[in-house]
Amino acid sequence: MTEHEERRRSEAEDIEPLPQAPPLEVQRAQEERLLKAWKTPEGWRYWSAVNNSEVGKWYTAAAFGFLIFGGVLALLMRIQLAVPGNTFLSAERYNQVFTLHGSVMMFLFAVPIFEAFSIFVLPEMLGARDLPFPRLSAYGFWSFLIGGIFVCGSIFFDAAPRGGWFMYPPLTTDYQPGVGADIWLLGLTFIEIASIAAAVELIVGILKCRPPGMRINLIPLYSWYILVVAGMILFAFPPLIAGDILLEVERAFDWPFFDAARGGDPLLWQHLFWIFGHPEVYIVFLPSIALVAMIVPTFARTAIVGYSWIVLAAVGTGFLSFGLWVHHMFTTGLPGISLGLFSAASEAVAIPTGVQIFCFIATLLVGRVVRVAAIKFVLGGLATFVIGGLTGVMVALAPFDFQAHDTFFVVGHLHYVLVGGAVFPIIGAFYYYFPLAGGKKLSETLGTIAFWLMFVGFNVTFLPMHLTGLRGMPRRVFTYPADMGFDVLNLVSSIGAFVLAAGFCVFLWDVIRPKAKQPISERNPWGAGTLEWLAEMPDKPWGVRSIPEIDGRYPLWDQPNFMRDVDEGRFYLPDAEEGLRETLVTSVIDARPIQCLRVPGPTFLTFFAALFTGGFFIFATYHWWLPALVSGVIALGTILVWMWTGTAPIPEKASKDVGLGLTLPLYASGPKSVGWWAMFITMLGDLTAFVSLVFGYFFYWTVHDDFPPDPSPGPGIFWPVIGGVALLAAWLLTVLARRWNRDDRSTLFYLSLLAAAGLSVGGAGALVVGVWNLEPTTHVYPAIVWLLVLWTVFHVAVGVMMLLYCVFRRLAGRMTARYDIDMANVALYWHFAALTVFITVAVIAGFPLVA
Amino acid sequence: MPETHDPPIDRSFRLFPEQASSVAGEVDAVYFFLLAVAAFFTVLIFVLIVYFALRYRRGANVRRGHGGHTNYTLEVAWCLVPFGLTMVMFFWGAKVYYRINLPPAEAAEVYVLAKQWMWKFQHPEGKREIDRLHVPLGRPIRLKMISEDAIHSFYVPAFRVKNDVLPSRYTTVWFEPTKPGAYHLFCAEYCGTGHSKMVGKVVVLRPAEYADWLAGRTDEPLAEAGRRMFEGFGCHTCHDPGPSQRCPPLEGLYGSQVPLAEGGFVEADEDYIRESILDPRAKVRAGYRPIMPTFEEQIDDEEQMILLIEYIKSLSRQRPRGAQLRSMENADEAAPQDPLPPPGVRPPMDDMPE
Repeated sequence: MTEHEERRRSEAEDIEPLPQAPPLEVQRAQEERLLKAWKTPEGWRYWSAVNNSEVGKWYTAAAFGFLIFGGVLALLMRIQLAVPGNTFLSAERYNQVFTLHGSVMMFLFAVPIFEAFSIFVLPEMLGARDLPFPRLSAYGFWSFLIGGIFVCGSIFFDAAPRGGWFMYPPLTTDYQPGVGADIWLLGLTFIEIASIAAAVELIVGILKCRPPGMRINLIPLYSWYILVVAGMILFAFPPLIAGDILLEVERAFDWPFFDAARGGDPLLWQHLFWIFGHPEVYIVFLPSIALVAMIVPTFARTAIVGYSWIVLAAVGTGFLSFGLWVHHMFTTGLPGISLGLFSAASEAVAIPTGVQIFCFIATLLVGRVVRVAAIKFVLGGLATFVIGGLTGVMVALAPFDFQAHDTFFVVGHLHYVLVGGAVFPIIGAFYYYFPLAGGKKLSETLGTIAFWLMFVGFNVTFLPMHLTGLRGMPRRVFTYPADMGFDVLNLVSSIGAFVLAAGFCVFLWDVIRPKAKQPISERNPWGAGTLEWLAEMPDKPWGVRSIPEIDGRYPLWDQPNFMRDVDEGRFYLPDAEEGLRETLVTSVIDARPIQCLRVPGPTFLTFFAALFTGGFFIFATYHWWLPALVSGVIALGTILVWMWTGTAPIPEKASKDVGLGLTLPLYASGPKSVGWWAMFITMLGDLTAFVSLVFGYFFYWTVHDDFPPDPSPGPGIFWPVIGGVALLAAWLLTVLARRWNRDDRSTLFYLSLLAAAGLSVGGAGALVVGVWNLEPTTHVYPAIVWLLVLWTVFHVAVGVMMLLYCVFRRLAGRMTARYDIDMANVALYWHFAALTVFITVAVIAGFPLVA
Repeated sequence: MPETHDPPIDRSFRLFPEQASSVAGEVDAVYFFLLAVAAFFTVLIFVLIVYFALRYRRGANVRRGHGGHTNYTLEVAWCLVPFGLTMVMFFWGAKVYYRINLPPAEAAEVYVLAKQWMWKFQHPEGKREIDRLHVPLGRPIRLKMISEDAIHSFYVPAFRVKNDVLPSRYTTVWFEPTKPGAYHLFCAEYCGTGHSKMVGKVVVLRPAEYADWLAGRTDEPLAEAGRRMFEGFGCHTCHDPGPSQRCPPLEGLYGSQVPLAEGGFVEADEDYIRESILDPRAKVRAGYRPIMPTFEEQIDDEEQMILLIEYIKSLSRQRPRGAQLRSMENADEAAPQDPLPPPGVRPPMDDMPE
């Protein structure tokens, strides 16, 4: 069937809701069953909830708590800098404060707040009951909270990191003893892993859990942006994690990755950090622009102008943002050609950004604008962001960057981008979306006061910083002499900071003030057109009463009687006959329903898994290896129990009637299942981290003519090749085992998996034997070879555990020939593991031959 | 030179730092152009946001009909104009960049050593300074910079120059002062606890004043100190021309293209010389065996390294080796011999800060 025909067919089969509502008593019975299935646990068990509404709320509140913490740190800095020669903070304390301020705002507020809020709102926006992996969200949240408290708490013990939020070695490797840098590296790596977990969840959610009919061109813009951003996280965070590993290994074990005296190079860190760090800016900015894209149409009372242009621009920005990182390194003395390329790319990124902003302005033009607090924050934010964006175009030019780099000009610039591009829209979104969380609106009056205080305060704080910087004040100085000419400007900035803080206090009061007497808001209070506004006030835990069929971008505006049809259960899944939590899985492009997915309910397992994972990282910070190991093993055990009991259960029947005459399977494996997608996406991120390490290897090769050093006591060829062949054989057996499982040839299945496990152990051993005589502390070459081998061995070890897991699953009857998600996902993991093995062997054994 | 002779730093308030180098005007021109473009678009977008939000507010009595026609002239114009603007930005920026990046051949050289938390300057003539750099007016100065520890960044706002100072690798920055006076020098890259105290000044003297200053109490020239190190380590036994020469000659080495044993060429710049002393096997000259041991242990710090490099560079200046050596021997006789400072002891400095 051609694409055209298929399209016609799907249009012809336009699915309508039931013409008649089910009888009232049937509706009541359905609602009762739904409510029972989705009931939020009560009392102390409340904290075992995993449902997106609860986890999303906690996550958002925690991220906001960290914003306040970071804000207080900022005020401390502004007090210190208000007058020259101030002694309010010592240099050491100030260095901790600015390091934490940057790190907290970036890693504990800006990225998590968007993930948190997306976990909260995305299912509602997609007419889903929950995201596909609720327990993964909960695990991510608890990891985030534990890691965040650990990192922030360090300042109360005078042990906080003080290397600046980009932690340049060799300052952070050789000249900062103490645990500060380790807290940063391990604590934040832990959080980054949580961020990636959330990103996987969001990507799969957007790709696979949309309502039927929501084809790819009908996805709400917010979801589009989140898809782009989650994809960016997937490729941006791994290089940082790779860098963190290198830096921490150098600190803990003296492997000289960044030590120039032993062949390392401090600039490698800068590359890895900014390959993460520049996309990070867009990871922070795009979700907020996504909020703008939701809020502006609602208050302009018209569909967004240039939907496809905005989507293209968002994707374009995402791509381009990976090609800009060197503009943070213009002053390191790189060749002119690099500067030219990255300078041009940095200017080019203004184009897609501009497209988005002009689309919003055009929407205002064609719409009927309503004056509410939310839109003030949004428009104020856009205006502020434009200034930050344009100063960004200025620093993209190397000659001007030489003047502005590392001065307060850049501090001003980045705050205009991040506060204008992220914080203001986020506060606007609070005013807009708050009714979804508790059924009550925030106050318009307080909102307007907060807006003006914040807007004025912000500009008074940060506009003068451009001048302070141009006059020469470097960033990150804890004080300055009186005669430099920085006094007046700094005092003005400090006053502005307190006005800004006052605005925040007003806003905060508005959020926490008691609202018992305030009436519940009407439903869809702003008259918006997108699905999340189906929510009842206050919202029911089931998310959406029945999962609708979508025909347009603004169903509440476009589809007549839409809310009534959803409420009366005239669409899909209006019932929970088996008392289980269910939602629909649809196809990626056309959103045709393909599966009825059962999602797990409340558990404390995720909390304990996060607690002990945290324990592993926290103990390792202090080099308490034994407790770290014990904690890690308990974490692993908890995760295994969670997997064993909570994932891929075999359903009691093959398929189920989901309403409107549609019967869907309850189980899917391979590319049809959400688990397969999650594994695929996770492994893409994992591979990116590995490629970053390989990048390190070749980076050393490009900067040193004698890399690998000659004569080199390298790993040779014999052992790596032996190991590689054994591991590739293990991979082949794993793939065969998947087939034999499907064919129900159980003996062959067990034998092949056990053989694969044996070969894996042998192969990994051979790889280690190959490098055993290399001394990684002597030179960067043995160090990076060791690291690539260790990375591979670790992945093989995880792979072996997975193989054994499959053996036991089948033995226990939890996996069969037909219900084989576990085996399919493990085989997928092994595809990536095999690729890792192949690259490692090719690099460590093959490359010295051709170099 | 006592501090009182230095001109004071101009403290009058201005929005923008003084233009005190030959490139400052050009950088500022780029800046003002960028500022004008940015201001134009900022104002344009502000006005559009406010105007549309107010004029097309709900309930306002305005015509809301769609134009319905396409104005191609307008569309082409708003594509081409910003395109043209960015092209101007880019090429103008590139032009100024190359001006900033390529030091003139005749530039005088000063070595800069950054360490936590001070700036050390070594003039080839022998003057050494801390946190204060004296330079002559109207002469291009090229700084060869290296760090003893963390990454620092050399930043003189009035000259519009900034460049990172890395460990184990020389970076270069140059400027030509155009105005006598004293100017702030900052470390722009966060380098630890004392980062904010790592400030100094650059003093621009008129040529006559500068000559006086140079003539003041001085240490021996860097190349001369380097020669004594060179001989102290016994380098001359292998590198000197003659029957016992087993290593490449060093005369004319600096700035030349060195053929390598493994093929290809490398330019003999400061980094190459430094590397060849610390890791002689890294890039062996074609026709020689890799017999030289590393001198990593013997050389205490980057300061001593600079002496050696300066000496080897001096072998490539003007005269053939013999003449140069002779003149140095004469100089030895003229100047009283200072023993080389023992390892770890800082050589005497002019202008030690109090």
